[in-house]
Amino acid sequence: MIKVSGLTKDYGARRAIQNLNFDAQQGEIVGFLGPNGAGKTTTMRILTGYMPPTDGEAIVAGYDVVEESLEVRKRVGYLPETVPLYTDMVVFDYLKFMGDLRHIPDVDDRVDEVLDMVGLIDRANGYIGNLSKGMRQRVGLAQALLHRPEVLILDEPTIGLDPGQVVEVRELIREIGKERTVLLSTHVLHEAQNICDRVLIINKGKIVAEDTTENLQARLIGAERVIVRVRGEADELADTIKQVKGVRGVETKEDGAVEFEFASGKDLRPEVAKQVIKSGYDLLELRPLGMSLEEIFLELTGSETKKK
Amino acid sequence: MRNIWTIAKREYDNYFNSPLAYVVAFAILLPLGIYFALIIWISADQAMFGGGGAPEATPINWLFVFLMIFLSPALTMRALSDEARMGTLELMLTAPVRDFELVAGKWLGAMLFVLSLALVTLVFPIILNNFVTPSIDWKVVLSSYLGLVLVVSALLALGVGISAIFTNQFAAFFTTLGLFFFLWFMIGLPASYLQESGEVLNYLSLSNHFSSSMNIGTINLGDIAYYLSLTALGLFVGTTAIEIRRWR
Repeated sequence: MIKVSGLTKDYGARRAIQNLNFDAQQGEIVGFLGPNGAGKTTTMRILTGYMPPTDGEAIVAGYDVVEESLEVRKRVGYLPETVPLYTDMVVFDYLKFMGDLRHIPDVDDRVDEVLDMVGLIDRANGYIGNLSKGMRQRVGLAQALLHRPEVLILDEPTIGLDPGQVVEVRELIREIGKERTVLLSTHVLHEAQNICDRVLIINKGKIVAEDTTENLQARLIGAERVIVRVRGEADELADTIKQVKGVRGVETKEDGAVEFEFASGKDLRPEVAKQVIKSGYDLLELRPLGMSLEEIFLELTGSETKKK
Repeated sequence: MRNIWTIAKREYDNYFNSPLAYVVAFAILLPLGIYFALIIWISADQAMFGGGGAPEATPINWLFVFLMIFLSPALTMRALSDEARMGTLELMLTAPVRDFELVAGKWLGAMLFVLSLALVTLVFPIILNNFVTPSIDWKVVLSSYLGLVLVVSALLALGVGISAIFTNQFAAFFTTLGLFFFLWFMIGLPASYLQESGEVLNYLSLSNHFSSSMNIGTINLGDIAYYLSLTALGLFVGTTAIEIRRWR
């Protein structure tokens, strides 16, 4: 449904995204993760036909975003990051207007239906300008869903919502994602984990990791990493630790400390401690490094704000 | 076509949400009403002493067009600049709407608003008709209104086109006003010094094709072509400006 190859976009001299390649199938929810300015919004704007790429091509719902932009736009529902809305319009009129532009038959009924889906039916006759940020977010979402799009592109769909609404909106996205293709961006990692089948991590305009949520979880937080320090020389410490069953990723650091990891859920620290002592070392430190998803995300995206 | 109409309808409704449109309506209809009363009063005065001709309706339309030079930039300044500022342009540019349809819809919406005002001004010739025997010359009135619609069409198209270039509505307003001022008052000024080549400048003048032509009952193709060309130019500038925005 979405196929992107070699996508590149320059803003003047600045390269916003560089040679992106990914795809998304029908019935799949793909999460787009990355820090601010990583190129998420740029990519989404290209996919929705808002602006053309500098290089590369993108096929959405079977049509090229540059050559057949109108066909793409007919089949895509888009919630922009800033949720632009006509604040001087009534909610219902606004959605009807957007529906008319998309030539939706029986648009009044459909607007009611969508307002019901996002839980705004009681605000249908209120001015958009009087709505809270969370409500505006939901009006934007309603607009994206109006025409039953094959592909849904949501830029930070749950930002500004209160916790209850976040759960509702996620539920809604999950429901929609069963039949359609959803590409959503977020920097809430928990959210990506929660609703996405697959996650793309993007940084400085490049994809740095791409995997299913399960695999990524296994790769990122599935393993707990531990550092071991002993007194004196520890030339064979690594080999000693390797003898414990289930230990993997053993690595000797410059200062002689050894790091290893094990699958989460099965704590191997007692076994390792016994093994180290049995081998005659004086154990000084055995400390979990506590790589949270956040830290690994920061690691992958090489952020300067990385924790020490 | 359907999209143009949808956008025009929203735009038209939107005018009634903004105080600006009421101000513009007031600023047009009030002077017109006063001017009309004056025309009748003076004619009646003259008739009492046996002089003067029958009062005419067409000066009213001249004033309407003259006021539009100053007021139409206020109607079009927000058309696209405000969409760009508010970010709603992103909404329009990702909807299945051609850039031209968006620009033309904005223009048509403004057209409908001014046409509504023009419709109100029809009361003036109708009232006047009651005072004059046998009747006023309806053909001249018709020609005058045709001219009015054409001038307004050109003004609004240029205004919408300029508003697509800017993100700031006041920048759009003053640029549009400056252009109209130049085209109406100034471009014809050097014509008398340039003799024959000055004719080109005279042709480009906004006022000539209306004041001394359609407004006094002379309809010719050249005048119609002039205003239609300006309308097309305005819509073209608008569409191009939107396309450039996409590529930026």
